[in-house]
Amino acid sequence: MSSLLIYGGRVIDPASGFDGLADVLIVDGLIEAVGLNLNAESAPRFDATGRIVAPGFIDMHVHLREPGIEHAETIETGARAAAAGGFTTICCMANTIPVNDSATVTSYIVQRAREVACVNVFPIGAITKGSLGEELAAIGSMHSAGIVAISDDGRPVMNARVMRRAMELARAFDLTVIDHCEDLNLSAGGDMHEGMQSVRLGLRGIPSSSEDVMVARDLLLAEQTGARFHVAHLSTRRSVAMVAYARSRGLKVSCEVTPHHFAITDEELSGYDSNYRMKPPLRCHADVDAIIDGIVSGVVDAIATDHAPHAGSEKMQEFERCPFGITGLETAIGLSLGELVHKGRIPLSRMVELFTTGPANVLKLDRGTLKPGAQGDVTVFDLDAEWTFDVQESYSKSRNSPFNGRRFRGGPIATIVGGKPVWNRV
Amino acid sequence: MTSELRTAGLLDIESLDRAEIEAILERARFFQPPPGETYRRLDSLKGKTVVNLFFEASTRTRVSFEIAARRLGAETITIAAQGSSVSKGESLVDTLNTLAAMRPHAIVMRHAASGAPRFLARHLQIPIVNAGDGTHEHPTQALLDARTILDHRPSLSNLRVAIIGDIAHSRVARSNVHLLSKFGAEIVLCGPPSLLPRELAQLAPGVHLAWHMTEAIQGADVIMMLRVQLERQHEAPMAAGEYFRFYGLRLEHLQLAKPDAIVMHPGPINRGRELSSEVADSQRSVILNQVENGVAVRMAVLERVLGS
Repeated sequence: MSSLLIYGGRVIDPASGFDGLADVLIVDGLIEAVGLNLNAESAPRFDATGRIVAPGFIDMHVHLREPGIEHAETIETGARAAAAGGFTTICCMANTIPVNDSATVTSYIVQRAREVACVNVFPIGAITKGSLGEELAAIGSMHSAGIVAISDDGRPVMNARVMRRAMELARAFDLTVIDHCEDLNLSAGGDMHEGMQSVRLGLRGIPSSSEDVMVARDLLLAEQTGARFHVAHLSTRRSVAMVAYARSRGLKVSCEVTPHHFAITDEELSGYDSNYRMKPPLRCHADVDAIIDGIVSGVVDAIATDHAPHAGSEKMQEFERCPFGITGLETAIGLSLGELVHKGRIPLSRMVELFTTGPANVLKLDRGTLKPGAQGDVTVFDLDAEWTFDVQESYSKSRNSPFNGRRFRGGPIATIVGGKPVWNRV
Repeated sequence: MTSELRTAGLLDIESLDRAEIEAILERARFFQPPPGETYRRLDSLKGKTVVNLFFEASTRTRVSFEIAARRLGAETITIAAQGSSVSKGESLVDTLNTLAAMRPHAIVMRHAASGAPRFLARHLQIPIVNAGDGTHEHPTQALLDARTILDHRPSLSNLRVAIIGDIAHSRVARSNVHLLSKFGAEIVLCGPPSLLPRELAQLAPGVHLAWHMTEAIQGADVIMMLRVQLERQHEAPMAAGEYFRFYGLRLEHLQLAKPDAIVMHPGPINRGRELSSEVADSQRSVILNQVENGVAVRMAVLERVLGS
């Protein structure tokens, strides 16, 4: 029998509504009890005094680059970066080489994760074969092999008919359909958010409408098919409004936002630093305000990082030649605390929800709570200690973060997966 | 000399202040040759080496920079990206690092990617003079345009300047807007909607937008025509053949401008596309003065960037 007692911390468990000083006892990988002065004399003890003890954080949107692009990230290094960011569970997107569009690739990822990953890794399968947007992938077989959702993230399904069929099929397997909403005709050739800054910098624009028209299309298809539909990395004010409207009409619709989309704007691009280049692009102040309003009002279900590692050589180029995407696992809690909690926009329990019950509900995962019998995944973090993010010390294989050198107030302290500490800040 | 010019070179007009621009324009006037003579030869940059690195084809800007450097006694080496290591797959940073290791005193660079000079300035210690970056800025073009206007007008203030054509893809337009705005000029940007993003109106104080040439040219002191940049356009802004009809400058348009209005063009001109042959060859055209001033302005810029 293995056990662990996390004592002295402030426990926040949105699923049960608990928020108070308590100990958490994990036995044989499962939550045994949450309460005061728990009696577990033989158990190893973790001192969480002055810290927040929460259900293990879930990042439902990461890119692990394995198989195929292992020079940028592997399942092992991505999982370590996740642990160092306070995440106990990550869901990896299908745009590997080969694309995760078959049970074979899904099984490979599941198996590799079991061997080398220090956190839970759940694959997301492709919607279409090769993510080419034409023929449906082996969705049923991938479901049997362990995928938790389907998405052609990074290569959105442009054909509305194909998306409709995917949604119909996803319903049968009770899978959520996640779309990277981008009309590729409207965004073609774009480098950054289309607006004042793109005009000033002479960079080609990616208009907000390229996201909005796809969100609108998908919401209509979700209504028609009855599918569970989730908007990945939502970034515009109109998309927030459309999701809110669909939700008010009872549709099974959800959305996530990334920390970078609520923490910074397109004004950061003045230096043509490719670490600010991602899709969707950093938007303008009005969009950031709307996203934060969506977080406050409850329209937004989850914070997800869209952790997208790229090797240094790929990012050391002219801005317009660099690939899109930034890493994000290790800075997510710091940014969320700084921009949302410390600025008084949301209570701490709401932030915990966005990392736990929020994504768990979107994907129907049996995680994100500290109720007795639940998985022994715990995230311990700190509210006030100041620290600086040094990208050279990142656990990720890649260094493409715009937050290098940023000072944070509060951040991850320890990550416990299945009752085992897998990382703690030294 | 400000720290920006000393350390980073000249990357854009936007970050220059008015006094700095005035100093360059004033010094350029000193370098202008007297009528009928060629440029005086000086040796203020003797012993300095300037590398002209052109990743995009260019004749006038490249030659203009070369002559400017040599007139000041500097040595110049010009590298066209075609046939260099760039075509062998070397990255931009590696190319520049290699060149910087040979210790030139400045690099004059033209590149098809917006922001490439700014990106390099962050990674290199050597001053970089931007000779045009993508659709961002072309600072020496705006300086020579200003010098040319000042040869015909006492001041840049209170001028009405119409800039017509493919504004969206024009680095010349952006640099000119920033420069002219700093001196209080009124600037009308004119072009078909897809080449005239609405946000341009907020680019700098004094900017207005117009879809029709008659509106733009009305009362203008200066008419700047831009080249149609087919190589940067991903789609046609309007039906083929309509462009010259609606955005080509013809003699009859000049009636709307001030009687002594001047017509400018950064070149190379496409006769019959953005302006008619009659306009290009008319008394109003100062296109060749612009070319001439290019050398004087670039001498002034190189002297400020490299001068001890």
